[in-house]
Amino acid sequence: MSLSTLFLLLISLIALSYYYGYRRSVALVKPLGGIRHLHSLPFYYGARAAIWCGMPALLLLAGWALFSEPLITRLLFSSLPQDIQPQSLADANLLINKIENIAAGNLQAGKDSGAIVAAGEQLAKLRNSSRWYVSALLLSLAVIGGTFAWFKITPQLRARQEVEKVFRGFLLGCSCIAIFTTLGILLSVLFESLMFFRSVPVTDFLFGLSWSPQMSIRADQVGSSGAFGAIPLFAGTMLITVIAMTVAVPVGLLSAIYLSEYASSRLRSIAKPALEVLAGIPTVVYGFFAALTVAPFIRDTGTAMGLTVSSESALAAGLVMGVMIIPFVSSLADDVISAVPQSMRDGSLALGATQSETVRKVIFPAALPGIVGGVMLAVSRAIGETMIVVMAAGMAANLTANPLDSVTTVTVQIVTLLVGDQEFDSPKTLAAFALGLMLFVVTLSLNFIALHVVRKYREEYE
Amino acid sequence: MSNEAEVKTIDLVRKTLVRRNRAERRFRLYGLASIFFGLACVVVLFTDIISKGHGAFFQSYIELDIHYDAQVLGLDAGYTSADLRAANFEALVKQSLRNKFPDVSGRKEKRDMYRLISPGGAYHLQDRIAENPGLLGSNETLWLLASDDVDTYFKSIDSSEGAFTGKVSEKQQLYVAQLIAEGVIEKQFNRAFFSSGDSREPELAGIGGAAMGSLYTLIITILLSFPIGVSAAIYLEEFAPRNRWTDLIEVNVNNLAAVPSIIFGLLGLAIFINFFGVPRSVPIVGGLVLTLMTLPTIIISSRAAIKSVPPSIREAAMGMGASKVQVVMQHVLPLAMPGMLTGGIIGMAQALGETAPLLMIGMVAFIVDIPGGISDPATVLPVQIFLWSDSPERAFVEKTSAAIMVLLAFLIIMNTAAVLLRKRLETRW
Repeated sequence: MSLSTLFLLLISLIALSYYYGYRRSVALVKPLGGIRHLHSLPFYYGARAAIWCGMPALLLLAGWALFSEPLITRLLFSSLPQDIQPQSLADANLLINKIENIAAGNLQAGKDSGAIVAAGEQLAKLRNSSRWYVSALLLSLAVIGGTFAWFKITPQLRARQEVEKVFRGFLLGCSCIAIFTTLGILLSVLFESLMFFRSVPVTDFLFGLSWSPQMSIRADQVGSSGAFGAIPLFAGTMLITVIAMTVAVPVGLLSAIYLSEYASSRLRSIAKPALEVLAGIPTVVYGFFAALTVAPFIRDTGTAMGLTVSSESALAAGLVMGVMIIPFVSSLADDVISAVPQSMRDGSLALGATQSETVRKVIFPAALPGIVGGVMLAVSRAIGETMIVVMAAGMAANLTANPLDSVTTVTVQIVTLLVGDQEFDSPKTLAAFALGLMLFVVTLSLNFIALHVVRKYREEYE
Repeated sequence: MSNEAEVKTIDLVRKTLVRRNRAERRFRLYGLASIFFGLACVVVLFTDIISKGHGAFFQSYIELDIHYDAQVLGLDAGYTSADLRAANFEALVKQSLRNKFPDVSGRKEKRDMYRLISPGGAYHLQDRIAENPGLLGSNETLWLLASDDVDTYFKSIDSSEGAFTGKVSEKQQLYVAQLIAEGVIEKQFNRAFFSSGDSREPELAGIGGAAMGSLYTLIITILLSFPIGVSAAIYLEEFAPRNRWTDLIEVNVNNLAAVPSIIFGLLGLAIFINFFGVPRSVPIVGGLVLTLMTLPTIIISSRAAIKSVPPSIREAAMGMGASKVQVVMQHVLPLAMPGMLTGGIIGMAQALGETAPLLMIGMVAFIVDIPGGISDPATVLPVQIFLWSDSPERAFVEKTSAAIMVLLAFLIIMNTAAVLLRKRLETRW
């Protein structure tokens, strides 16, 4: 029975339970004089029956969908003869692919066919039986649960409380997904990074000056030892971030100040959403713009001025990234500036200060913590930005501070290392997770500090 | 004494007033300049994309007389569909080109001539025969797709910067000139761009496959992230006790909102693909990853929407004897729904434009077939843009820009819908 049929069947069973639960609760109190003799509304009796019918079955289904494949694979491997038992994880993946292809008839059986063909049949049989067992178990669970709930219905049953308890549990579960996500990120990145640090020492990774993540196929190959020193990547990321910030912070801040302090409401109502458009453009579009329009423009201008400019200069990527971050800075700055109480403005103006003096000497210092927090959030955004640098920055890990040179960043390297086919346990692939860990830790701490700064500031005027 | 000091102050003020006013004007100018810089960026970006991409909505076609010669095709009377697939339709195109340019001789010239027509031309003929087998043996005048080089050349022929020749040889330019003189080459609306999948040939490549992939991915995302996000927001706003656990959840939600999207891709790769063994490149994994990514956005905006419902509503419902759950489900939730929907649409717009995490989970493969479901290998619009922007053919620049225009159009529609929804359903308490 296919998964979707099973699911549909289960849904209809749940609907039936609801219907009969509802009917029974109404029927029970009919001789007593209507539903005012019920403890809860009939809806809750129906819902309770539906929950009894559906919840255990759905949990079983979810568990089966998640864990049946690994279990079947393990069973299959233990039944294989000793000589073709897989030695490593990669071998195991290859083997299971081969068996599956033979079982599906895509692959002609090769030399070691006998055992593998048998394994293919075994696999199909295991899958088939697990599916039938689960279907039978699931449907009987649903029927038994629904019937049990149906029999338990009495006018005194506190159905509403029970249903609401389940509902609250569901809400709690949903809100815990955020924690599981963070945990999942941490575990996945940390686990692979630890595997990476087993082959490359942490100090080499954090303080090494050269990055060339290729691994040899043969031991005697030229340049066989890959170098995993991440300093050039950090430097490149910082260079591009600094360029982006020199564009985004002044422009964002000044436009926020102008819009909140000077602009007529008409200009504000036009300019503000127009600037927000920049925030809604996908990063891949900025990347395309940087690579095909800005970078050639900068290269041509530079060449005309007698400079040597790389066609993948850090400047192009940084400038475009700065433009992308402008609305982010300006909307955060706008929030903190408008949070400064009007009385402070009035006080300053009453003392004879001009408007710009008020902004610079009164509003800006008062809003400073919030602005600093906003800039830090913007920096964390720039560090984690991927598509612009993947498309417009280079691949070569140069350790340079020249914005006209090509540099590479942490995110570019993660993408380069992980896109395409890879084996999962080579240091090359694992290096991407170590870089991911660095990225996660840095952005997380920046956000944490920024939120802290912003929150601390907010308490001052409330 | 006091009189003297007063005079001094006013003198001081007068002396510096000009400078201060100048500083004031300068400051205003800076502010105005930065706003104009931001607006100029918007304008430049859009004009650049549109000027590069508008051409892709039209494609060059060449009119040819085709004789469906069964002998050339190698088809006899009782041919099967396998025979039809193996038949040499390219030879038909070549023959008709030879008829069109009878003077062309020599290997190289002939090869140049054959390259005027895209390989897609032969497929088109094949489809014609498959649709009406009666055509076999007859003549037909058809518009066939020109190759990408010819297309680029033909489109640039009357541009102000002069024609872009690229890989088009001088002979080919002569052939095109002859075609123009005869009026048998023209630009037609490029319907295939919207309906076909990816291709190595720019003139055959379309965004249909990527658009379907985006659709399936977004369906998964919205089905999961909206209910989960709204439930989480309800819990945090209405039911959560003030304790450490709740604080932990809140901190997590806020931090996840600022985690770089590529990290979610790493999570998807390590957990969904390597641990649970979900296949690569399928919309279901993409949807799961984007769900986790958009969840904080939806939770935060839904919480804001719930917060804006005044407590008096809750108190009134409580006073009528409703339970806490009933108050929330029957009163707070319907009133907060517009705000939640707005947040949901914005989250979906974010998911539609996202590229980096999908690269990590293998949605970057070259996929020709249009996906038919959530478990078929697929790619999405932004990834398609990324793939095309990497291609060396000049014609792909045009295609990429056009795909960007389509993507931006979708995003603008979604964001406008969000704004309108907010405006229309906004309730002032």
